[in-house]
Amino acid sequence: MKIDRRSFLALGLGAAAGTALTPLPWKLTDDISIWTQNWRWLPVPGDGDVTMEIGACTLCPGGCGISVRKVGDRIVKIEGLPGHPVNDGGVCALGISGTQLLYGGSRIKSPMKRSGERGQNKWSPISWDDAIAEVTAQIKTLVEAGKQESLACITGSGSGTTPLLFKRLLAVLGSPNFMTTSSMADSYSAVIRKMHRLSGAVDAGFDFENTGFVLSFGSGIVEGWGSPLRMIRTANDLKTKKVSMVQVEQRLSNTAAFTQALVAVKPGMEADLALGMAAVIVAENLHNASAVGGSSSGFAEFAAMLKQQFSPDAVSAKTGLKSTAIAELARKFADPANRSLAICGRGQGSAPGSMREFMAVHALNALVGRVNTQGGVYAVQAPDYIDWAKDSSMTAAITGKIRIDEAGVGAFAHTDSLLNRLPAKILAKGDSPVGLLLVSEANPVYTLAGTKQVMEAFKKIPYIVSFSATMDETTALADIILPNHSYLERYQDIPVRAGLVKPLINLAKPVAAPQYDTQNVGDVVIKIAKALETPVADAFPWENYEDCLAKTLGDKWEPMKEKGFWTDEAFVPGAGATAFAFPAQLPDEPALAGDEKTMALVLLPKESMRLWGGAVADLPFVLKTVPDTDLKGNQVVVEVNPKTGASLGLADGKEALLTTASGSATVTVTFFEGIMEGVVAIPKGLGHTGSEKYIADKGVNTGDLIAPFEDPVSGLDAAFGTRASLKRA
Amino acid sequence: MSTSNHEAIGLAPDGNPKKSEGSSNGVIVLFFIVGFAVSMAFGWLVFPKLLYSEKNQPFDFNHKTHMDLVDNGCESCHVFREDGTYAGTPTLAQCSDCHQDVQGESKDEEIFVNEYVANNKEVPWLIYSRQPDCVFFSHAAHVKMAEMECKDCHGDIGESESLKVYRENRITGYSQDIWGENIAGIRKNTWDGMKMTDCGKCHEEKMGSKGPCFQCHK
Repeated sequence: MKIDRRSFLALGLGAAAGTALTPLPWKLTDDISIWTQNWRWLPVPGDGDVTMEIGACTLCPGGCGISVRKVGDRIVKIEGLPGHPVNDGGVCALGISGTQLLYGGSRIKSPMKRSGERGQNKWSPISWDDAIAEVTAQIKTLVEAGKQESLACITGSGSGTTPLLFKRLLAVLGSPNFMTTSSMADSYSAVIRKMHRLSGAVDAGFDFENTGFVLSFGSGIVEGWGSPLRMIRTANDLKTKKVSMVQVEQRLSNTAAFTQALVAVKPGMEADLALGMAAVIVAENLHNASAVGGSSSGFAEFAAMLKQQFSPDAVSAKTGLKSTAIAELARKFADPANRSLAICGRGQGSAPGSMREFMAVHALNALVGRVNTQGGVYAVQAPDYIDWAKDSSMTAAITGKIRIDEAGVGAFAHTDSLLNRLPAKILAKGDSPVGLLLVSEANPVYTLAGTKQVMEAFKKIPYIVSFSATMDETTALADIILPNHSYLERYQDIPVRAGLVKPLINLAKPVAAPQYDTQNVGDVVIKIAKALETPVADAFPWENYEDCLAKTLGDKWEPMKEKGFWTDEAFVPGAGATAFAFPAQLPDEPALAGDEKTMALVLLPKESMRLWGGAVADLPFVLKTVPDTDLKGNQVVVEVNPKTGASLGLADGKEALLTTASGSATVTVTFFEGIMEGVVAIPKGLGHTGSEKYIADKGVNTGDLIAPFEDPVSGLDAAFGTRASLKRA
Repeated sequence: MSTSNHEAIGLAPDGNPKKSEGSSNGVIVLFFIVGFAVSMAFGWLVFPKLLYSEKNQPFDFNHKTHMDLVDNGCESCHVFREDGTYAGTPTLAQCSDCHQDVQGESKDEEIFVNEYVANNKEVPWLIYSRQPDCVFFSHAAHVKMAEMECKDCHGDIGESESLKVYRENRITGYSQDIWGENIAGIRKNTWDGMKMTDCGKCHEEKMGSKGPCFQCHK
């Protein structure tokens, strides 16, 4: 018997054949594949009871209710709250991504003090006691030096208990400088106050549910205007009911594609179109007789101005539209059977607009009797439930004092806050008029136009306190951060100002335990007030913020905790707003910054539901949905008409240098036949900076390129675009 | 035929096969058979024993005793939550309703009460039917909508008087009950395994299709 190499080969072959006839290879293959799914480092959601909790979204002003799905203590999904008056179970891409804000990398994990130069992003953690003591000491120093008026505050909203606690703190200390981020709601509010001779908190409410024809002057109905979820639902309802919608815009936006007709008017000439239509309506006697008589005033002067300044030929020349088309649109709008409604506020309405445009559109509605009537636009008094906001603590120490931004008096009597005027005031000669700035739920360094000037101004402010939950552009320039809970970890009442017809207050609730060493900003303000002692502490008699909220909301508190919101079903909109004054004259349209000879193009922001242009940066999930016609890699993509592109020697998909009076940026050009010649459209909502790699350094902030323009009537920023040039890179 | 030619083709000069070559072939066959037999024995007998480790539950549990005491069968303890999701193994709170104190003479109940109830500690049961996280399974869809019996997948566990030894796959970490006790994957009963093929087989029979991937793999 000879054992050789072949014997062992046979042994191996036998073993292989035998093994193949056992379950071993098949079972091992199966097990190994399962093993690869169970590596320790693979993220796996924890087990636990599944629960649903009710809360409110604060990521945009839309005012949606949310229903949060939890497994154990972890939030795994955010859904819309069924039965909520705004979204009735719907949720947008930003809202559904809120978990990424709660658990994401941009959260500030504890109070921090700046340890490097401003903007260097070097911080040292400090305790809450030390942070509150330091802010209190800084405020005391100002007050003792008699500079209490240099104490200023910027919040995202001017209503609700949290902003009003800040306003109260400033008021008791003797500073009137409580400012808020402005939006189209402020422009509407100014228009209603001015034209209806009203004062106080009043907003525009739009009764889309009962309208028969919507004429939108650049409003992104399906792109986040007003309350995004309500508007998408409304747009779908209108389409189902075959309600006519016409969009006035310079490009074929999603909204324009949704409507029956796109009226491509020259940039900035929306108000002229509205007034041209009004002129046709008056000339053809199509206006509503009762709407121009009775309690309204100034119709004769208004009609005379229309006749004189807005003849069909003049309007045609300014708007670039045929006078017959304008007349046809005017007749359709004036037809009582159509129950028309004109709206304005461009894109998402996150920026205010020109009073010329808002007044023209409101006058157009009034002319055909569509104000304070079913299916039209209403003047809606904001919910008035915060009694302590009306007591003497809020006014005694600041009566007669002029604000730094000069809002609320003189030329700007119809506006509450003019944050856009602040940078220039700070940058004026001498010391900054703001000695200490408190910033909460606002990101003015990102949202204000003219970023460069805004940055310079903020750097000149001696001391900035940020209460932000996340590291944003403004917080990066702060001296100390007292981080707020995220909106999923805190209580907060949120009165909704989003074009609703009935007042609505949402209640954000702590649906998740605090992830980090953060505190509700309401609690922190109360703690600071108490640390400042009498008389400041006396104006804050509450144990904590929850106590303040419960006492403020009174009998609404428990039902709101259960239901998530409060609305006044019996509310009758438009009450007390019967007076109407037609304007005898309108301010000029905002001038476009830049030299027309060297910058022949007009740069306009374009907006979409995938990009939110407000204080909160798009979350990574949402940013992933931005198409490469808006953002290619990290470079912003701008749209031009192929004819414009060819005349400038540009190539589709290639780089170019975009220059405006404010700055320049390297962009990728995309040719789009749906945009007017001579116009460049740039996505709004990009260009965030910071350390969150999934959000930062993608594209350009439109505020870097578009300079602000102060509206002569409201004082709000009315810039809708700028002149620009585009050269092949 | 010349001698050299015989050698060249492996024959002895007399034309018969060479003896040494014959024994060599025998060795090869023998080695093949040995290799075959050993690997078969390993694959069928040794491998299944090596693949699984044996673990005991924290303490024993008598399903039968409990079934005799409750009105609503399995669902008395293995409840569906209000939203329709299935709660799985009863929590400490559920068991504590009855077992705040030791009631009988069972040593296992004593362990439960003294070690878990007294310390408010959940029992770390080893779950025989635990599936990978990549699988979505709705008990409600099967039990409530399709009106399947618990037994169809879980067998007669409700009649058992003690818990069987938990045999954990050393590679995957899952129970042997998923693959089934038969290493070849042969099934006699519907509850003999819980692999995807078992789901697919039943779905095909009852619904005419195995269903799309994302029905279970979300």
